[in-house]
Amino acid sequence: MAYAYFLGCIMNNRYPGVEKSTRVLMDKLGVELQEMEGASCCPAPGVFGSFDKETWATIAARNITIAEDMGSEILTECNGCFGSLHEANEELKENEEFKAQVNGSLSQINREFKGTTDVRHFAEVLYNDVGLDKISEVLQKQLNLKIAVHYGCHFLKPSKKLQIDNPKRPKILDELVEITGAESVDYADKMMCCGAGGGLRARDKSVTTSFTKEKLDNMTAAGVDAIVDVCPFCHMQFDVGQKEVNEQYGTNYAIPVLHLAQLYGLAMGLSPEELTLDKQVVDPSDLVSKAYSAASATDAAPAADAAPAADAAPAYEKLTIADGCVGCGLCVDACPVNHLEVVDGKAQEKAEDTCVGCGLCVNACPVNVITLKE
Amino acid sequence: MTLLNEQEYLITNDDIDPTFKDTIMANGSETLAVCYQCGTCSGACPAGRRTPYMIRRLVRKAIMGLKDEVINDDAIWMCTTCYECEERCPRDIEIVEIVKAIRNVAAHEGHMAMAHRKTGSFVAKTGHAVPINDSVKALRREIGLDELPATTHKYPQALEEVQQLVKICKFDELIGYDWNAGDIKD
Repeated sequence: MAYAYFLGCIMNNRYPGVEKSTRVLMDKLGVELQEMEGASCCPAPGVFGSFDKETWATIAARNITIAEDMGSEILTECNGCFGSLHEANEELKENEEFKAQVNGSLSQINREFKGTTDVRHFAEVLYNDVGLDKISEVLQKQLNLKIAVHYGCHFLKPSKKLQIDNPKRPKILDELVEITGAESVDYADKMMCCGAGGGLRARDKSVTTSFTKEKLDNMTAAGVDAIVDVCPFCHMQFDVGQKEVNEQYGTNYAIPVLHLAQLYGLAMGLSPEELTLDKQVVDPSDLVSKAYSAASATDAAPAADAAPAADAAPAYEKLTIADGCVGCGLCVDACPVNHLEVVDGKAQEKAEDTCVGCGLCVNACPVNVITLKE
Repeated sequence: MTLLNEQEYLITNDDIDPTFKDTIMANGSETLAVCYQCGTCSGACPAGRRTPYMIRRLVRKAIMGLKDEVINDDAIWMCTTCYECEERCPRDIEIVEIVKAIRNVAAHEGHMAMAHRKTGSFVAKTGHAVPINDSVKALRREIGLDELPATTHKYPQALEEVQQLVKICKFDELIGYDWNAGDIKD
């Protein structure tokens, strides 16, 4: 399986952790992501499509020709890029007159739109081409999270053209989220827009913010730990826009925001830093502890019989593991000499004198409770 | 006393541009013509719940040819293109295509917000509406990605192609882009 990987703008230029996680995930799944060298902005459907249809379609068509030359279908993990490229691709395939007009412009840069490829969304490719079972195999950790899934608008709609899932009561993303062990929680007006699209965020931010506040109110009422999206623009709106909501309305919202690829990143054991979660506006540290708290509960369950052993102090100590350990087991994975273990939901040193003092566990710890003793 | 004598409430032939409807149908969707004004679209619209944007009325005005009234109305820019109207329309009208076509006419007649012209200028300048910056370059390096994505940011010749298309389509003229300054003309 191989796809032409369309990066777009916001994911790679603002939230590179999404790209990182996607590359790690696809590598584990044996899916090849081919670089679309020289691709540009899709360009955004409701923005450039609102200004000048010809410019929008011509720049979109140029991007599509790059994938046509590679002989691959396009994969993108942004609803906006997906909506734009899919719409342009289908319209140019159907409308000969429009295609001739666009190709007239493209010929001046030695390109031609042929109509030989298709445009696919990351989540739909994972669901239909890879499959839930195969994805589950590469996810090492169960996540204890209540998730507000945000579908966004241009992933499923216009549904008559996209034909991915029922646009009013879809299941695809909920199923993709729940294979991590997380629960997709229903909330009021789940299918509502985040408010950023169509150029509204750039033009009238206070209106956009009022959309986002309504979403956050409904998510909060449902008691969620995090928002999961499949669109970097919705992602930015919930992340940056959450601060704007708090400023505009005097609220204190702090719901961490994850792209589906970042959720899978957590389930694959990638650190918050690798997922660039620590650089997002909403602080993710509580989320990371909570996510792995269940993982430890699940992982440690078979060891429950051995619980009394945990009372015995380990004979060997080169590390200090302070209170606040969430038992995620990342230090256990990081340790090159197998010196650490999780007992009863807490990391501790094994009795044997094996620690080499390398400090990898210190770096791996998402809640910073491990320190090296002098 | 009758409102019939109040000229401001009256729509006359002088207000109607008979070509407007055809323009919208040609560049947006021919389905415009089959609207029977049921209002389901307005009921579904999240923008209509918080702004003066009324999609049913906008479609009606487009059919009537009230071009000036439509393109001068800031409310046409309140649509987020969420497609909720279109999903529910019992006549299968491609409403979002109609809204975009109306906005195209408005943009070409000078009704384009500075924020939107700026967004356009970023594509003319860098190939991206949201270009990379130094801190993200460093962040990409830190997590083991190439500092520059394999886009127009990395390939100057690809950026030239995009810039050429911007000129061919006269998008630079539409947004008032100054190639020397790399920004919107004042």
